[in-house]
Amino acid sequence: MNFTEFFISFPEMSKESLRLFKKSLDGAYRNFSREYGDAIEAVFDPVLYFLVWFEKILQNSPWPIVIIVFLLLIYYGSRSVALTISSLIAFLLIGYFGMWDDTMSTVSIIGVCTLMSIGLGIPIGILMSGSDRARAAITPILDIMQTMPSFVYLIPVVMLLGIGKIPGLLAVIIYAIPPIIRLTDLGIREVNKEVLEAADAFGANRTQKLFRVQLPLALPTIFAGINQTIMMALAMVVIASMIGVKGLGQPVLKAITNQYFTMGLLNGLAIVALAIIFDRVSQSFGKRMQQYRAGANE
Amino acid sequence: MSEIKIKIENLYKIFGSRPREYTDIVRDGVDKDELLSKYNHVLGLDNISLDIKEHSIQVVMGLSGSGKSTLIRHINRLIEPTEGTVTVDGEDITKLNKMDLLEFRRNKTGMVFQRFALFPHQNILDNVQFGLSIKNLDKSDSIERAMYWIEKVGLTGFENKFPNQLSGGMQQRVGLARALATDPDILLMDEAFSALDPLIRTDMQDQLLDLQKNLNKTIMFITHDLDEALKLGDRIAILNGGKLVQDGNAEEILLKPADQYVANFVKDVNRIKVLKIKTILDQGGERTNSNPTVNVNDSIENCLPAILESQSGLNVIDEKNNFVGSVSKNKIIDILQKSKD
Repeated sequence: MNFTEFFISFPEMSKESLRLFKKSLDGAYRNFSREYGDAIEAVFDPVLYFLVWFEKILQNSPWPIVIIVFLLLIYYGSRSVALTISSLIAFLLIGYFGMWDDTMSTVSIIGVCTLMSIGLGIPIGILMSGSDRARAAITPILDIMQTMPSFVYLIPVVMLLGIGKIPGLLAVIIYAIPPIIRLTDLGIREVNKEVLEAADAFGANRTQKLFRVQLPLALPTIFAGINQTIMMALAMVVIASMIGVKGLGQPVLKAITNQYFTMGLLNGLAIVALAIIFDRVSQSFGKRMQQYRAGANE
Repeated sequence: MSEIKIKIENLYKIFGSRPREYTDIVRDGVDKDELLSKYNHVLGLDNISLDIKEHSIQVVMGLSGSGKSTLIRHINRLIEPTEGTVTVDGEDITKLNKMDLLEFRRNKTGMVFQRFALFPHQNILDNVQFGLSIKNLDKSDSIERAMYWIEKVGLTGFENKFPNQLSGGMQQRVGLARALATDPDILLMDEAFSALDPLIRTDMQDQLLDLQKNLNKTIMFITHDLDEALKLGDRIAILNGGKLVQDGNAEEILLKPADQYVANFVKDVNRIKVLKIKTILDQGGERTNSNPTVNVNDSIENCLPAILESQSGLNVIDEKNNFVGSVSKNKIIDILQKSKD
């Protein structure tokens, strides 16, 4: 080979073999999804039922009752009258501008995604905190999940499960779960070594240490993770709508393709309102759990 | 003579990646510095053997890095020995399996830490209860026992406070109550009072001695403060570079230091304050009626006024007011002069 040519153009794989490589990988995955797609879909059926049921409840219950329940939850979480009243105004405006049903869809999918992220993420975080090897194995996966453009992993998910709620749910969870895993791990690792030693000295076993000392002390950090997870799930709403997830994302998508400025703005603002409410409530709830640090009991 | 409660025999601890390979060369006389520079391993404990009598306070003293905190953690096996045995009540605890070790820690030992190590998310009651709740005892029973100890250490009314709402001294009293609540035979105190300011420290020392009168625990007390060691210890063990250089009572340490290290340690101690009349007593003889009478357990310092009044010396009596011997004036003047050097 010519010496200068070697430096000027990269010695790449031949077009033919690259085509073969892509083709065989695509083919293998297509076969896999034909073979197991239905089975895998069946695994997610319970989640789907739950999601649909939750969405129906939110959409079919009389709106004043839904708002009252939300406000009670917001007040319970934040203990802030100002936030509760602002939330009331936000909900009334959302309803008045005709976005109630879409908002309820979004709330339901965010709710389910958050619950699933907590349910999966905290145990994985605990596992990571207990073993450096597990941490070394899981950390790069989390890096990939957070940095890989979501459209890239939407392709195989859609191939496998088609278009609909479940692929959307998976896409949201993949994107939103890393913070809660990372912060659970961090929170547990940050627990004071002397306090752990004290627990050991009194004969606490692993489970007792985890539930009586490590998790309670890691809780504020874990809550920061939950907060991050909710925020990231909301950020995925528009992308998820591209694969058929109903909610505030769909009108935004429609607005983008048709250049409906006001429609985009209103739905965007509704997402922002939800984000702020979720954020403030989960933050102040997390803060109240660490009151002992400030010594502000009673 | 009371029984031996804890028997430490030929205990070695080497920190590093392959500690077992180096016990032989340590036995052959490689010291801490050489082990670190040549082999990159840290010598924690170097052939420690120590008997601790039941119901006594054994102080372990040394500068930081001497291995004293490492030693105390071998009693409840928070640190695994590299070699050697620790026998408690005739049972070799280095051989205990996981479950038995947990049971041993739950029932036999209580520990108090230098920086308290209270659980910040639990209130005082739950902190004191911790050891009991680990044992899954009946709730109301363990609350009752916790309250008893909270009262004993003088913290009644603070049960619902959190640790960071309390001062350092109060926090350490919680630590003490927490360690005592499970009613362990052995109390391990790792520089328990070192983080407290001097007045509170004296207070806590008095409280510990006071409690010990009724409790009769076997206490291992780590400190770097000689005054504290002399005040609390029935026996004092001195560590240097992981080696045990001397083990003895206060008088032995002060009057017969085993080596230069110990001698330097005790050089600034106010001997006449620490030494008791019984250590310089000439036993037997006759009572000299013209001389004042003092108790064997008085410190020399406390007897100074009596010595000034006396003609030739002091009559010494024991707790039951029996005459046991005398101390001549010259002997005391001798000691006074020596302690000035």
